[in-house]
Amino acid sequence: MWRDALLIARRDLTIEMRSKVGLWQILPFGLLALFLFAFALGPRSDLLEAAAPGLFWLAVLFSSILAAQRSLNIEGSPATREANRLLGLDPAGVFLGKAAAMVVELLLLEVVLLVGIVLLFHVKVASWAFAVPALVLPAIGLSAAGVLYGSLAGGASTRSTLLPILVLPVEAPVLIAASKSLSRGLGVPTPDGGRWLLLLAIFAAVYTVLGVALYGPLEES
Amino acid sequence: MRTALRKSIGPLSAVLVAVTAWLGLVVTPADKDQGDYVRLVYIHPAMAWVALYVAFGMAAMCSLLYLWKRTRSLRFDRLAAAAVEVGVVFTILTLITGSIWGRPTWGVWWTWDARLTSTAVLAVLFLGYLALRRVPAEANVRARRSAVFALLAAVNVPIIHFSVIWWQTLHQGATVLNPNLSPTIHGIMAWTLLLSFLAFTLLFAWMVTVRYEIETLREVDEDADLELAIAARRAEGSPA
Repeated sequence: MWRDALLIARRDLTIEMRSKVGLWQILPFGLLALFLFAFALGPRSDLLEAAAPGLFWLAVLFSSILAAQRSLNIEGSPATREANRLLGLDPAGVFLGKAAAMVVELLLLEVVLLVGIVLLFHVKVASWAFAVPALVLPAIGLSAAGVLYGSLAGGASTRSTLLPILVLPVEAPVLIAASKSLSRGLGVPTPDGGRWLLLLAIFAAVYTVLGVALYGPLEES
Repeated sequence: MRTALRKSIGPLSAVLVAVTAWLGLVVTPADKDQGDYVRLVYIHPAMAWVALYVAFGMAAMCSLLYLWKRTRSLRFDRLAAAAVEVGVVFTILTLITGSIWGRPTWGVWWTWDARLTSTAVLAVLFLGYLALRRVPAEANVRARRSAVFALLAAVNVPIIHFSVIWWQTLHQGATVLNPNLSPTIHGIMAWTLLLSFLAFTLLFAWMVTVRYEIETLREVDEDADLELAIAARRAEGSPA
């Protein structure tokens, strides 16, 4: 399973590096979302500073939908399915590989968007000890849920409209917990900061386990 | 016998809903604090009961029975779909009746209370289920995807139930099924509340039965169309 996961993760990341879809479409979309949120709220710096963690995670959340669709479009092509079958890849390994590749993509996006909110919304990272897990754990949860629900959403023709409806309500707790955790990382006094991180860890673990168990049967269908 | 029972559910539920309305609007007294707004207690909790526990519980159970190989049957898939369709209607009605009660009591139509928010999320989740069922796919593929999604979505039901205990919320705790199992409502009000639960549960059963029959007929019709299409293609290929 782990060998297959590594193989799929390397393949997906290689495709992304060569196609540069993430670089030229998903990353600019995330940055554009930050700008649009700022336009909607107005130029008041205190307002932008207070809203920065939530806006950051909204931008990541919407971008993660694009990343999940992109990831599953690769898997959905008949040639890829045939190749997976011929190679005898473990579906659980395929799921883990796809989720791992998406985690890497989301982490890169988060780093760029973090620089974006530091520059545009005038926030500072006060505690890296909180900020790092607050960035990594949601990336794992969003990737696992994105790939799992993406496989539920059927073919590429319907996935683009259906996936947001299926996955965004499920990811609402991640949005809340990640915003609270990042607030703490940015130095805003946040009660129960540790509990929000725990919630993120539980979400990531549950969806990773569910994905490993269910991805195979769903892809068979 | 079964047909007679099935046909009697509709009229019986209509009579019970009418009796509930009469008791709730005419016979039971107004509350000393809430006035006539207390009468919403005879529809709102019953609708929530049907939506959250009966409908989505039934959908989860049928989905589980479909996914289990020994009981796998498309009948369970159709039943789950019917339960979710009716459940979504009852969830939306629960939110609307709650909102009507919330305006005079809390001063707002909507508040970001844990129970309200998680119920709204549940409604959106099961709307997603209905959207997922409309994706063109072979019947077994659609059934499997829908069953998995229904089970994942149903996890929200216990969260909603315990939300008033886990978080400090504006929404009051359970009137009947509270942790102490000691109802905080008595007399004619308690009996009317009990009747409302029975009436709306029967109404749900009737709506699910009708929806299930429509879905079965639709599939029979699709199969017949397919048979006709195959026969037509065969006729095209055979020598005149």
